[in-house]
Amino acid sequence: MKFDKIKAWLYLLPALVFLAIFMVYPLIDVLIYSAEENYNFASQTFTGIGSENFLFVLSDPYFLQALKNTFILVIITVPLSTGLALLISLGLSSIKTLRHLFQTVYFLPYVTNTLAVGLVFMILFKKTPYSDGLVNVLIKLFGGEAVDFIDGPYAAKMFVMCFYTVWVVLPFKILVLTSALASVNTDYYRAAKVDGTPKWRIFTRITLPMISPMLFYLIITGFIGAFKAYSDAVALFGTNLNEAGMNTIVGYIYDMLYGDSGGYPSYAAAAALILFAIVLTITVINLIVSKKTAINAK
Amino acid sequence: MDNIDFKKLSRGARIRRGISSGVIYFCLAVWAIIVVFPFYWMLLTSVKSLGAYYSETVPQFFTLSPDFKNYVTAFTEVELGRYFLNTIIFTLITTALMLFTAILAAYAFSRLQFKGKNVVFTLFLSLMMIPSELVVITNYVTITNLDLRDTFTGLILPSVTSIFFIYLLKENFEQIPDELYKAAKIDGTSDLKFLFKVVVPICKPTIVTVVILKVIECWNSYVWPRLITYDPSHYIVSNGIQQIRESGFGRENVPAMMAAVVVVSVPLIILFTIFRKKIMEGVSRGGTKR
Amino acid sequence: MKIVLKGLTKLFKSRNKDAKEPVVAVKNFDFEIPDGKLIGLLGPSGCGKSTALNLISGLETPTEGKIFFGDEDVTDLQPEFRGVGMVFQNYALYPHLTVRQNITFPLENFKKPNKLTKEQKEERVLNVAKLVEIEDLLERKPSEMSGGQQQRVAIARALAKQPKVLLLDEPLSNLDARLRLQTREEIRRIQRETGLTTVFVTHDQEEAMSISDMIIVMKKGEVQQIGAPQDVYDDPTNLFVATFLGTPPINVFDGRIDGGALYIGSDKISDVDCGVQGKVTVGIRPEGLTISDEGVLNCALKSVEVMGRDTSVVALNENLTSQALRAIVSSENARLAKPDLTFKVNADKLFLFDAESGLRIPFSAKDACKG
Repeated sequence: MKFDKIKAWLYLLPALVFLAIFMVYPLIDVLIYSAEENYNFASQTFTGIGSENFLFVLSDPYFLQALKNTFILVIITVPLSTGLALLISLGLSSIKTLRHLFQTVYFLPYVTNTLAVGLVFMILFKKTPYSDGLVNVLIKLFGGEAVDFIDGPYAAKMFVMCFYTVWVVLPFKILVLTSALASVNTDYYRAAKVDGTPKWRIFTRITLPMISPMLFYLIITGFIGAFKAYSDAVALFGTNLNEAGMNTIVGYIYDMLYGDSGGYPSYAAAAALILFAIVLTITVINLIVSKKTAINAK
Repeated sequence: MDNIDFKKLSRGARIRRGISSGVIYFCLAVWAIIVVFPFYWMLLTSVKSLGAYYSETVPQFFTLSPDFKNYVTAFTEVELGRYFLNTIIFTLITTALMLFTAILAAYAFSRLQFKGKNVVFTLFLSLMMIPSELVVITNYVTITNLDLRDTFTGLILPSVTSIFFIYLLKENFEQIPDELYKAAKIDGTSDLKFLFKVVVPICKPTIVTVVILKVIECWNSYVWPRLITYDPSHYIVSNGIQQIRESGFGRENVPAMMAAVVVVSVPLIILFTIFRKKIMEGVSRGGTKR
Repeated sequence: MKIVLKGLTKLFKSRNKDAKEPVVAVKNFDFEIPDGKLIGLLGPSGCGKSTALNLISGLETPTEGKIFFGDEDVTDLQPEFRGVGMVFQNYALYPHLTVRQNITFPLENFKKPNKLTKEQKEERVLNVAKLVEIEDLLERKPSEMSGGQQQRVAIARALAKQPKVLLLDEPLSNLDARLRLQTREEIRRIQRETGLTTVFVTHDQEEAMSISDMIIVMKKGEVQQIGAPQDVYDDPTNLFVATFLGTPPINVFDGRIDGGALYIGSDKISDVDCGVQGKVTVGIRPEGLTISDEGVLNCALKSVEVMGRDTSVVALNENLTSQALRAIVSSENARLAKPDLTFKVNADKLFLFDAESGLRIPFSAKDACKG
């Protein structure tokens, strides 16, 4: 029957239309944009084809700042959040009472609006002429000196940024790791216990190898997620991230598109492709490392 | 081996176990406080009057005279009510459209036979790896050229597709035994009827999970709405919060800001308390978003 | 090393939140497991036999009571200090380690002054590998082996640390029927060779009967009977033990004792002397029935199933409370089968039980109605 042949395509049609217009076409288009030199958004004209957009972006101090910020953020938060999530999940799996309560509480940040809670973090860390903010009050209590974490020194701003990022990404990681830990057959632990295996050895020789696939999954998605950081930064430092010196690569892309500095889709496209190349490289490296480790563990 | 005092060893092991579980509880509690504290602080600050807030050089950890005026301010001085309504419209329509397209596509991939199925599905999966930052540029230009900025259409359309959910539903649909499909075919049931009368009811748990995850995603989305809405008449809550942060309430009215933040956060927290299990299950099955 | 349990009880919190009563997994265990014997802990699933094993291993702590290994009270000792080897139902072999690494694993936990040198460890691994006949498989991963081989590795790992007691939790349940027969002989052999006090848990009565020196029959946390397999089979203390042991299972009837005679329905089976009147439950082993024209039990034939050497005669009787009456008879005897048939009853294979409590009622048969 003829109808049967096209029926499947009819079922797929809505999804295909959306995908074609809003994913496939833009994907091709972004390559074109990135090559069109001196593209003018208003007149939609360009002067030539070449690598000038990439050269511009790579020499733009704002982009370099964003690149630096993003790399620092990634290098600090990915290991920190994964390690912390592992510790917390291990703690959770070793207790019985209150376990559910802790799990629920730890998951809360996942369901909250990043912008909204970011605002709370800003209030907590900000130092204003009339009030030092809660965090600074605590610092003073322990004999430290008040710092403005929002408009102050770079290291302080970076600290808040990392802290908030970890706070936001941890729920997902804890959840994944607790279920990974729970899926390890308890007989392995019972066998190890009968043999008097010390805790540390149980962890390194049994637990870690068993959950390593999930751990690598978290590290890979963690890298990807951290490279795409943006709204956390906006929540803490406002939309003018360049001025605050806290822009990220994604932030740079949007700034090139929109707002006062916007109207340069070619530069945005070039920056987006650079980001994609970075993420792809890191992911491939991660996959190679995880394969190698998995083979060694075998 | 007999010269070892096992009793003593055993007692030592028990004491060590006791201490370590104490340490574990302490550490877990510390992190729990770090997680909960911002929520507590926003609630607390939202009921402090503006005057009281600014007269505290050292912040107070509780207040005995809660003042709900800030909530009134939040709704009157900024159009928080409108942002709320916009978000609800945006969330509902996007989720409904997503669900419709995803269920149909998932059904085609899981049940129907057609040429090139594997190729198309592989293409679908490979698109899953494309970061949204790459496509957002052209989408912005497309929507601008179509004159759809500051409209719901422009807001909703690019947010509809979600390959991950199609994938999740397809996996679930495939678990329905073939016999059911064959029986339905023998009885002359059409595919569409089979899909909505059999497949959808059986897979309801997964569908509910998908809906909840999409609702959370919509409620918290910020980047696309920010790009596409210039006029506050189409702001959703995330834009609203940002606007409040930059210029809302005249001078820095922190308590009113916090009231707005509370109002924005409450719906999702309610959703979470109702569907806690479903949400956590769904997310651990692969809600990698964010 | 003999194991002594004294008043051992284990309660669990009920999973059903509304139930206030705790679940009794093990109730007042009071017996001695002699040194160097193979003991089968037998019962239907959920009867608490695994819990009993876990109490002996130390993985669970008892609510009440004491456990002694030899003369030493080990009740409060953690498992690692008890010197037990344990084999788990699913073997619990570490999937990422080779067989050699799996067997070496417990040896690496030894602390000074018992720490082993590399050579000692290798020697031990080789010894146990030889004992369970897996010396060719040492470099394989668990996933590359059959179920039976994994089982051997699990036993080897448990034996490597030279335990005082070996515990096996449903060791054969994950194997197919043929391997099960073979492996249970293997377990018997290994136990003989090592002379270790060995306790294994099973729900399969045939398995327990065939290799154990002694079986412990459990039901709902309580010990029903302890003894040599044949003794328990021939002399069950109650209806539960009688029905649980034996394939095909014992035939159970509603009967009554009237004026010193046992009746099933209107059939007078035998004169009995037991000092009981009224309703009783009657159990007759399948091998206690033979077809005979001078028989005492009237039945309607249902089918005759040939099982090779013996033949199983299936019949119906309205007083039967077990599924269908089965008699195991010789093939010559089976030829006598006709639609309405009568059975002779061997009084040694007939047991009387209290109709309420199921407890055994001892009796002596006066009549020579035996076949």
